[in-house]
Amino acid sequence: MIEIRFHGRGGQGAVTAAKILAKAAFYDGKYCQGFPFFGVERRGAPVMAFTRIDDKRILIRSQVYNPDYVIVLDPTLLDAVNVVKGLKEGGAVIVNTTKEELDLGFKTYTIDATGIALDILGVPIVNTTMLGAFVGATKLISFDSLRRAILDTFKGKLGEKNAKAAEVAYSILSEN
Amino acid sequence: MERVDVITGTTAAAIGVKLSNVEVIAAYPITPQSECVEMLAKFIADGEFDAEYIKVESEHSAMAACIGASATGVRTFTATAAQGLALMHEMLYIASGMRLPIVMLNTNRALSAPINIWCDHQDSVTERDTGWIQIYAQNNQETLDSIIQAYKIAEDEDVLLPVMVCIDGFILTHTVEPVYIPDERKVRDYLGIYEPKHAYLDPDRPITQGPVGVPECYMETRKQINDAIERAKEVIKRVNEEYYQLFNRRYGNGLVEGYNLENADTVLVAMGSVCETIRYVIDRLKKKGKNIGLLRIRTFRPFPKEEIKEMLEGAENIGVLDRNISFGLNMGALGTEIMATLRDKKICNYIVGLGGRDITPRNIEEIVKHLEESKDVETKWIGLKE
Repeated sequence: MIEIRFHGRGGQGAVTAAKILAKAAFYDGKYCQGFPFFGVERRGAPVMAFTRIDDKRILIRSQVYNPDYVIVLDPTLLDAVNVVKGLKEGGAVIVNTTKEELDLGFKTYTIDATGIALDILGVPIVNTTMLGAFVGATKLISFDSLRRAILDTFKGKLGEKNAKAAEVAYSILSEN
Repeated sequence: MERVDVITGTTAAAIGVKLSNVEVIAAYPITPQSECVEMLAKFIADGEFDAEYIKVESEHSAMAACIGASATGVRTFTATAAQGLALMHEMLYIASGMRLPIVMLNTNRALSAPINIWCDHQDSVTERDTGWIQIYAQNNQETLDSIIQAYKIAEDEDVLLPVMVCIDGFILTHTVEPVYIPDERKVRDYLGIYEPKHAYLDPDRPITQGPVGVPECYMETRKQINDAIERAKEVIKRVNEEYYQLFNRRYGNGLVEGYNLENADTVLVAMGSVCETIRYVIDRLKKKGKNIGLLRIRTFRPFPKEEIKEMLEGAENIGVLDRNISFGLNMGALGTEIMATLRDKKICNYIVGLGGRDITPRNIEEIVKHLEESKDVETKWIGLKE
């Protein structure tokens, strides 16, 4: 079983990202769960969301404490919360930042998701861009399935734009 | 056609209601059920679902509206949680007393104070004696299936009682997972149109419903409800089998579901989504050569005494998990029922997961360890901070 933790700020779409990733995994023929940290949601406050992916039915229903991957949607969170808390040995972090390199003590991929999102979507909402980056870096699921799940969630032109943002990030981290 | 989607428990419930051809919905939003009635309102507004949606000013009114609508002989639905269910309390007795087959989703949530929107079972077990059938689902698939089954059970002429489908707040309501959505026509054929044959309000045949029950007749009405909920056991079992034949899914015998009970001296008894985490732990312990069983209580009312006696006959250590507490007894509702059912067994009661306190695999392992080492009946609170 693979467990993924998203760190974002309320309103950035971390919960939506966790659900899109679950659905993408499902399109890949896998079992999945996607859920928010069961807390009080406040716009701007640090939030978490989780995705579980497995080849067999997922029974565990507690929260995720030892993720395999961490996705950080907002670079300012690096100073506010310990994003690698509980991260498994050999785990990896994907961070939205303009910095090329970060030392978080784990394998870390960086991407300027805000730049990509502003360029393609016109707004700094990076959840779909970061999903593209995650899939590019890990190849855990196929990009086609991610694209399909994004288009399910955002209809019409908005869906196409989000898929495009994901694709750009996917391509960048695929080359690494 | 049957399809599969990745959806939350509240969405699964809303789809179940839509498939069941419900005619009147009256509800007041409350976390964590709101998404369910919001979706139903949207289905209706989008023209996908032909039902009447009554916006009300409180949960008390929601239940009152359902009672009024159901009394005219239409299929009704509402959803609530915690304080909302508590506010409905007096109306719950009226629904069962008037023998109205209302179906309600209760998204289990802790009671205030302090204000807490997260999961425990205090809200629904508190309504244990209201004459409502209570089904506790363990995942989103069972949530959808149980809503459909609930109408079949409630409307059965041997039953005619309201049904509460209980699902764990947030743990199911806010989690997406794959759910098979049955073919609409197949569900509609299975449930049919609700045509009450018992008393209902009809301007052409005026009757009075819910009149005064004087001492000469009141006690008989209580006995009739008690007999009906007892008969519901057979109906629930039959519906579980029918559903399996049609939709290829069943939940134990409908009342209880055993897991790894063969050769297990130590058995945990629980309700709701924690049963899946327990199964996860059982599978893990099995690999280490340890046999632990699980008896999942699916219907808290009617309480499946016979099955419990039979299925726990060989068990030596019985641990009952309760996501609720009876203050002044230091036991939970399920613990007391199991103890009343199995009077000669060593039973330990574990108070867990109140107000959304996470129940982890480590907590379950701690329970197993304590249970195996305990010498006598005992209640233990699990996961408390030092």
